Amino acid sequence: MSRFIPQTPMGSAPVARARLQSLLEYDRSLISHADLLSVLREEIFALIGRHAVIDANKVHFMVVRGNTASTLTVDIEVPFRVRPTATRYAHDGENAFSYP
Amino acid sequence: MGKVIVVTSGKGGVGKTTSTAALGAALARGGQRVVVVDFDVGLRNLDLVMGAERRVGFDLTNVVQGTAKLSEALLKDERLDALYLLAASRTRGKEALTEDGVAGVISELRDQFDWVVCDSPAGIERGAMLAMRFADEAIIVVNPEISSVRDSSRILGLVDTRPLKVETGGRLDKHLLITRFDPVRVARREMLSVDDVREVLPVPLLGIIPESEEVLRASNLGAPITVCGRESAVSRAYIDAARRIKGDWIEMTVPAKDKSRFTKWLGGRAA
Repeated sequence: MSRFIPQTPMGSAPVARARLQSLLEYDRSLISHADLLSVLREEIFALIGRHAVIDANKVHFMVVRGNTASTLTVDIEVPFRVRPTATRYAHDGENAFSYP
Repeated sequence: MGKVIVVTSGKGGVGKTTSTAALGAALARGGQRVVVVDFDVGLRNLDLVMGAERRVGFDLTNVVQGTAKLSEALLKDERLDALYLLAASRTRGKEALTEDGVAGVISELRDQFDWVVCDSPAGIERGAMLAMRFADEAIIVVNPEISSVRDSSRILGLVDTRPLKVETGGRLDKHLLITRFDPVRVARREMLSVDDVREVLPVPLLGIIPESEEVLRASNLGAPITVCGRESAVSRAYIDAARRIKGDWIEMTVPAKDKSRFTKWLGGRAA
């Protein structure tokens, strides 16, 4: 019976329109920060590298864009081994937990 | 070691990106490990056709410049496990892609994938030359329309001379993919026929893709046509073409006139 009811199938254009709007908004906002992700990657890597010996191959940056903001996922394997220059923090830790 | 295929045409808007996505997805569905690479720096669109635009962080240029690892720039398809995308940069200029840098990335991709499908930018400038530079095979996309055939003829000459494989004495396999083919208009002698096109472009035929509304729908939804329009004639034509790339022998069929809605309605009623 449904065959005789004029069908107005759900078109795909609204999906395209929504994708396009979100995309353009993002593209425009990005223009002044074209390399933001690269800069963040470099600085975060350097920051952690100051304290721990990290392997560049075990660093993973990923970004997923939402409607109004992006989620940056940073996955870095930090070994137990710390840099000698970072021992200051280890001492602070010892002091905090040791008894006189 | 994987094979590198460049999808090229000279002229813009003939269906390079649609074909790259469709063939890549069809190969991946057939169990092959595939990466599709966008070489259209500044005007990337493969991410949109693949529906991955929200997840593009690092791109080909980042990897070439060493500001990101390849594994960070490779985006896994959300529908097919064996399919990956390497996006082009939207902002940095073409100059950022050096030939040596691209060579390194392609070599890494060859190790990881069975097929590396490179979506060439339109034109015959640096980007298009870089996209074909490391190819083992070329797919020339052409519409049955004189300007497209002429531009493809020009591209054919470049494909015969520019790739590294040719320069070093190797042979580069070429395939012709005719897209936006309208059997009704060909029957009415309003459109160049397959033979007309092949007369100018004497290259083994990979497939004939019929003109279809499904292509726009797939693009709107952000999915390769071979994923979201499985039952359509276009999808079937691309799946056959992908199997021919793999080396299977599939009989070539020239798309026939589509059934009218009335015939379909009758057919549907009888079923």
